[in-house]
Amino acid sequence: MNQHPGIIGKKIGMTQIFSETGEVLRCTVVQAGCVVIGKRTLEKDGYSALILGLGERAERHTTKPLAGAFKKTGQTPKRIVRELRCSPEHAAKYELGQTLKVDEIFEVGQRVDAQGRSRGRGFSGVIRRWSFAGAVSSHGTHEYFRHGGSIGTNMTPGRTLPGLKMPGHYGDETVSALNLKIAKLLPEDDLILIEGPVPGPKNQLVTIRGAVKKRGGKGLPKPVQPTGKKKAG
Amino acid sequence: MQTSNILAKIEAPLFREGIPDFRVGDTVRVHYRIVEGEKERIQVFQGVVLKRHRAGVRSTFTVRKVSFTVGVERIFLLHSPRIDKVEIVSRGVVRRSRLFYLRNLAGKAARVRDAKD
Repeated sequence: MNQHPGIIGKKIGMTQIFSETGEVLRCTVVQAGCVVIGKRTLEKDGYSALILGLGERAERHTTKPLAGAFKKTGQTPKRIVRELRCSPEHAAKYELGQTLKVDEIFEVGQRVDAQGRSRGRGFSGVIRRWSFAGAVSSHGTHEYFRHGGSIGTNMTPGRTLPGLKMPGHYGDETVSALNLKIAKLLPEDDLILIEGPVPGPKNQLVTIRGAVKKRGGKGLPKPVQPTGKKKAG
Repeated sequence: MQTSNILAKIEAPLFREGIPDFRVGDTVRVHYRIVEGEKERIQVFQGVVLKRHRAGVRSTFTVRKVSFTVGVERIFLLHSPRIDKVEIVSRGVVRRSRLFYLRNLAGKAARVRDAKD
């Protein structure tokens, strides 16, 4: 399980910035600014995690049990509440009510995983959902343009195999983009610029944490820059 | 598309100042920084502006020249820090915003009328 430090934030949109060498970096902007509203501890809960809140929630939209939970820790109600598993050492660094600073958790160049909920496409056909090619539109084709074609053989095995790509509900599922690179951090506005796209539409909740397949993505050896020198001989 | 205030704030410092107001049909000299290993040098690309794509910080412009009878087009990012400077060589008079028709013309036909004439 990914227990590397992370934040929850809101996807703002995409833009491009220039790197120091003048290259263009296409970036997704994520606004953080989440507050620690609770903790899970090994002694009490059997695991350690930070409970994070994002955005303000109007009092009249807060249910009584939820309001009670916030009142206990002396905080204003938050719109989104999420738990992020982390090491006990990381959890110990933060107190209730403290805002997670993007520059304390991440560093520029770090590899991170971004998780969001993809856009819902409803019930979609195979062309949209699985990028099928469809059928030929001439040579006598009749009412068979966007179909998926054959779904199996006749007698052997006499059934359609499980897992076959067919029409159905597409999107609105949790998607993770792994090993993205942090291009820039703007701590004064709690903004993170991540190279490449992040799943989901704008104003969407995204979870960003150290890359699980890169051991947190920090302190990795720097990739060798191509020198552009011509080969000798 | 509506740009959010936050994106506008990020993009604001990326805009370059001092770019001359050249237009489609103008002949420009683009001084472009090229890094080769350790060394940096400036390459000049002179040609007719075929197209200007005005899109905030992502704006680009396309320059076409004919080099040894071969047409060469380059797309530059208007606000790229790699562009040293852009000089306007001459102003052209054109009647459309995209000069793609120049690609099909050669020699004397592939000229743009100069604003001075």
